[in-house]
Amino acid sequence: MNNNPLFAVAAVYDNPDKIISAVTKIANSGYRKFDVNTPYPLHGMDGAMKLKSSKLGFITLFFGLMGAATALLLAWWTLSVDYPLIIGGKPFFALPAFIPVTFELTVLLATVSTVICMLTFFFRFPANSYPIHDTQYMKDVSGDKFGVYVEAADSRFDLTELTILFNETGAVRIDQIYLPAKEVYPLFQPKFLWFLFSVFVITSIITYFSLNKLMYMEPFDWMADQQKQSVQKMSAFYSDEFGMRTPVKGTVARGFIPYKYLGQAVPADTMKNPLPPTSSVLELGKKKFLTFCSPCHGNFADGDSRLRGQFVNPPSLHTNRARTMTDGFIYHIITNGQNAMPSYSSQVTREERWSIINYLRVLQKAKNASDADLKMAKKESVSDGK
Amino acid sequence: MENNLLRYSNKALPKRINAAGFILMISGFSFGIIAYFYDAQRALQNYLIMYLFLISIGVGSLFLIALEYIVNAEWSVPIRRIIEFLASLIPYLIVLALPLLIKLNIIFEWTHIAVVRDDKVLFDKSPYLNITFFVVRAVVFLLIWNLFYWLITRNSLKQDTSGDQALTKRNIKLSAVFIPCFAITITFTAIDWLMSLEPHWFSTIFGIYFFSGTIVAALSAVTLIVVLLKENNYLHPKIIDDHLYSLGALLFGFVNFWGYIAFAQYLLIWYADVPEENFWFMHRWQNGWWIVSLLLIITHFVVPYIVLLSQPAKMDHKKLKFSAALLLCAHILDLFWIVMPSSQNSSFSISWIDFVFPVAGIGIVILAFSYKAKRENLLPVGDPKLERGLNFHL
Ligand code: HEC
Repeated sequence: MNNNPLFAVAAVYDNPDKIISAVTKIANSGYRKFDVNTPYPLHGMDGAMKLKSSKLGFITLFFGLMGAATALLLAWWTLSVDYPLIIGGKPFFALPAFIPVTFELTVLLATVSTVICMLTFFFRFPANSYPIHDTQYMKDVSGDKFGVYVEAADSRFDLTELTILFNETGAVRIDQIYLPAKEVYPLFQPKFLWFLFSVFVITSIITYFSLNKLMYMEPFDWMADQQKQSVQKMSAFYSDEFGMRTPVKGTVARGFIPYKYLGQAVPADTMKNPLPPTSSVLELGKKKFLTFCSPCHGNFADGDSRLRGQFVNPPSLHTNRARTMTDGFIYHIITNGQNAMPSYSSQVTREERWSIINYLRVLQKAKNASDADLKMAKKESVSDGK
Repeated sequence: MENNLLRYSNKALPKRINAAGFILMISGFSFGIIAYFYDAQRALQNYLIMYLFLISIGVGSLFLIALEYIVNAEWSVPIRRIIEFLASLIPYLIVLALPLLIKLNIIFEWTHIAVVRDDKVLFDKSPYLNITFFVVRAVVFLLIWNLFYWLITRNSLKQDTSGDQALTKRNIKLSAVFIPCFAITITFTAIDWLMSLEPHWFSTIFGIYFFSGTIVAALSAVTLIVVLLKENNYLHPKIIDDHLYSLGALLFGFVNFWGYIAFAQYLLIWYADVPEENFWFMHRWQNGWWIVSLLLIITHFVVPYIVLLSQPAKMDHKKLKFSAALLLCAHILDLFWIVMPSSQNSSFSISWIDFVFPVAGIGIVILAFSYKAKRENLLPVGDPKLERGLNFHL
């Protein structure tokens, strides 16, 4: 009748005690490749089947520990080492604060890995069909019957012996289950493509709807529409309707020291350059000069602007006037601006300004070097070359 | 079957157990009286610890019984009598409360009218925290517990002779009423007897914290006794490791629950770090108390967690006995940790007084248990679920 090889012989019982005694006999006869299908878990079945305790627990333990370690290391590295932030005055390594995350990740990794490993290693996922599916046996045990089947692959397999055993123990049905003919499904069936397409369409519609419509409906718009003053918006609260308020007079920003001589043509006092012309200072000065000053004053402060007449050309900074200016005065010009030149106080910091001035001095010296200076420089470079 | 049941239903415990309980109780209490004249405050604080320990085991056991009825559990039916015997502590709680109720002013700051008058917080709390209302609450709770203890165990005992299934149904209904009553009474017991020791402090999770400890203590006592009785052949042979596994799993679960709740209480107070709340934990860390705090975490959570984690451990007699005994001690330590630092400027110290009362408490548990064991069946022979409970397999 059936040309396919035999997969298993299966028996169906109508009461739990009978199946337990049958399974005990099967296990005692030395069969190993058999399994039981019952509509609900039977107490005592594990013992009757001589099942060893599952190894799954070790997987759970391993991944649970991995989860705990990952969470703790992540929290420790990000919050205590790489980017230490003071949060609520707590220490950088604030263990109590990390425990909830550790707990969650432990549970998450333990459970998810248990399920995945159970499906792949124990249930042989992605095998989605099994010979006993789609048999009368399966229908019976999904209803009110209790079934056991012994695989033909078992080394002890003996069809007649088993049939006798099943009959003796009071089986109500005995089936021989054959391997089904191999079926091959093309990957791109129209049904599957339609499925993919409808998933695509439905997801797109839902995403579009929730991001563009739902978010602006009651009550989902609560976060967007709050009773607070937004930046650069009018305010009904203040009589002048300005939402953004000017700070109280005399307010000073954190870390900011107000410049004393603002608006004066010549600073009332002379300021000293606090930075010595070390190579790092000159390096910084060069960088900032090229970024902020060179567009108008030229790369070497010759007054050869790169702005092609879009802005008044500044004078060369190698004039006598510029060379004899005190550092403090140049600092004043950068900070305060002078005639057409705007203030650069918001673009360059105080240290950067003093560094630029040091660099400017180097440029001036280079343009106006005397023969003695050149000899000196040659001497130095020769001694450097040694 | 019938004969078998009877043979194991009323096997008498050896006399020396009764005697041991008696000696422990008498010696504990006589030293306790000496302790009272030596250091009244410390003695009474320790008495309170013992009293709450007995509440934990007695009322906690009654809760376990109610739990069995309400979820219709079968596996615990063959050991239910052991839990009932432990719950028989409840009537004694009335008498045992008297010394505390009479001498409230020695340990409770809020009983001093002069203090309350000058303290805004205590003054505002005085409609709740005053001696009259406190005593009324204590008495009402005791009456509620006794009422349910009496009703539920009486039905269970009656069933031994009548085998009437309606009695089980009646107990299910009683349990359904008792469980919410238990939730409320145990919460307010924790607030009254423990939280009000430091009356400025408040923690909304404190009731559950005490509840979690209560259940751990009751389950540990049950587990310890079941394993000991089984090892000495007092139990029906059909009470097997699968029953023990269920006890072990419950114990493990509630150890986790305790850890979770204890940490939840700590985390929020640690995070907010506001002076109204954090001083309670400061009192339990400074002045040497940190040793007790760490010991509590280790004995009440870390060690039992590791010991009971694996599946075979939950039916291993040795491991079960060890963790149950450890958890009973840990519950006493927990109460010690709550009660003792509450008195003004107390740095951590141990005195002989601290050992006297736990000894007496353990004596009382043993006495109450063996008194009942002598008179009543060790198996609820008339319970309709007994057969299935005995045939329980994992
Ligand atoms: C937007 C173009 C522009 C930029 C950028 C600019 N300047 Fe000027 N600067 C001028 C002009 C125009 C003048 C002439 C102002 C006047 O007429 O007094 C001037 C004048 C000066 C003077 C005075 C020269 C003198 O003889 O009075 C100094 C010094 C100076 N700039 C330095 C700087 C430095 C340093 C920077 C970089 C931070 C800078 N400038 C960036 C346009 C610029």
